[in-house]
Amino acid sequence: MEHSAATPAWAAIAYLIAGVCFILALRGLSSPESSRAGNRYGMIGMLVAVVTTLVTHPPVSLVESATGTISQVFNTTDALLIVAAIVIGAVVGLTIARRIAMTQMPQLVAAFHSLVGMAAVLVALAAWLNPGGFGLLDATGQIFLVSRIEMALGAAIGAITFSGSVIAFAKLNGNMSGAPILLPARHVINFGILGAILVLIAAYVLSGAGGPGEGTLIPIIVVLSFIIGFLLIIPIGGADMPVVVSMLNSYSGWAAAAMGFTLSNSAMIITGALVGSSGAILSYIMCAAMNRSFISVIAGGFGQDASAAAGGPAIDRPYKAGSADDAAFLLKNAEKVIIVPGYGMAVAQAQHVLREMGDLLEEQGVDVRYAIHPVAGRMPGHMNVLLAEANVSYDKVFELEDINSDFGQADVAFVIGANDVTNPAAKTDKTSAIYGMPILDVENAKTTLFIKRSMGGAGYAGVENELFFRDNTMMLLSDAKKMVEEIVKAL
Amino acid sequence: MDFISILSIFVLACFVGYYVVWSVTPALHTPLMAVTNAISSVIIVGALIAAAAASVPAAKWIGLVAVALASVNIFGGFAVTARMLAMYKKKEKKG
Repeated sequence: MEHSAATPAWAAIAYLIAGVCFILALRGLSSPESSRAGNRYGMIGMLVAVVTTLVTHPPVSLVESATGTISQVFNTTDALLIVAAIVIGAVVGLTIARRIAMTQMPQLVAAFHSLVGMAAVLVALAAWLNPGGFGLLDATGQIFLVSRIEMALGAAIGAITFSGSVIAFAKLNGNMSGAPILLPARHVINFGILGAILVLIAAYVLSGAGGPGEGTLIPIIVVLSFIIGFLLIIPIGGADMPVVVSMLNSYSGWAAAAMGFTLSNSAMIITGALVGSSGAILSYIMCAAMNRSFISVIAGGFGQDASAAAGGPAIDRPYKAGSADDAAFLLKNAEKVIIVPGYGMAVAQAQHVLREMGDLLEEQGVDVRYAIHPVAGRMPGHMNVLLAEANVSYDKVFELEDINSDFGQADVAFVIGANDVTNPAAKTDKTSAIYGMPILDVENAKTTLFIKRSMGGAGYAGVENELFFRDNTMMLLSDAKKMVEEIVKAL
Repeated sequence: MDFISILSIFVLACFVGYYVVWSVTPALHTPLMAVTNAISSVIIVGALIAAAAASVPAAKWIGLVAVALASVNIFGGFAVTARMLAMYKKKEKKG
């Protein structure tokens, strides 16, 4: 099974160095200070991997000399094509990276995942069509058995990543409704297709069709995987997207790892394992933060009854509405204010004016901090990035477990565009859809201010928030950005 | 490298990944996703081999497309991560 005997020792070591650089890239993210150096390690690792590949696998064409011996000649046209492909990719990538708004990061990450998935499918197809070029052929001209497994798995995972990410992108970007789309008997269909993919992979691996591009099983596996990726994501609703995006992140890693096995390439395998674990851990953190099992998120359909649940009798209950002046007065006279941002802040693009408000309050001697729930927003860490973009010092931003006990000492909890993550029903109401979910205890603050568009419509989970009707809660009904702007003026 | 060595690297790397990722601060989870995205484009190695290999034109063109896609991801992923990380600042306390 020495199928990559052609890799020289120096190249193997270079790939290993690239892999170590990628580990350091992730390690750097343990704190903001070291993160920028970490990112540079990542770039160095990528450069090492690409240059090593270009040197060990220069574009060649086969030339038959007059004496009948076949020799390899450097192919300039192909070299230029490769450079052109890299340059096109670089221009597109850099342009997108420069222009994208921070609120659109979830979409961007989903789009990038789809590209990794597609690249994995294409590499698997190329390896299938030209196994000789990858050193995957045995003495009889058949593809190695192990390589066939790895290739088929890589193609399948890549295809699932691609179509799943495309749907996630469409949902996050608003090209498609965020509401879950539920097909009848979808679990039966999904298990049927997944089973079929596995059976076909086994059939391909064991079949006699081991030659280059032989048989139709690989294309069928790819097509079915595209379909299942699509079907798996459409029933999952918008607020579960943090889990989906993390999960697809994980898949893109496993796809890279599978192709790394095919090529016996340590850089690809290390990266695949890193990215795969990273996505899996993020999915786990997101699920834990919603007190839901991974299976129930994947099964989808959460939040489907939102309209039915919200139509309950709670709508007419009395609540205290306030104006921007009232809010400004409360904030000004507070000693400690904790701001709780949610997806609504991202939608309204209110992070900059929110920071302005925080600055003004600090100038008046108010202690301002930010509390972030792990599933606030549409991807892990989404709120942190938005606050960082708005120039909020990161040592003022706290995670749930670090700040939750401080709400008791806070004079004002300022909730902007968050709902379910503050809902005490998660603690008290066993029948609630969000029961057991860890929440930010904004109810313990002396006064809670909620910025919300209107009183109609419950949170994403379709659960009415008891807090809205409490005596020490003041509702600020308006667009988040407009309301904060008015508060800033009043300050 | 034989299959067992490759598998060993993979299993050990999974453990390294597990511990390294748990040490990432939650505040940087979005940059984490962006940078893992960028590094998973190391799949470009396979694409470059496909694009450079002789004798099967279809595989070569498929490889070239994969090179372009992966390169969007590499440049875009690292650039957007750098852009995000540059925003994480600790502010000096004002007088």
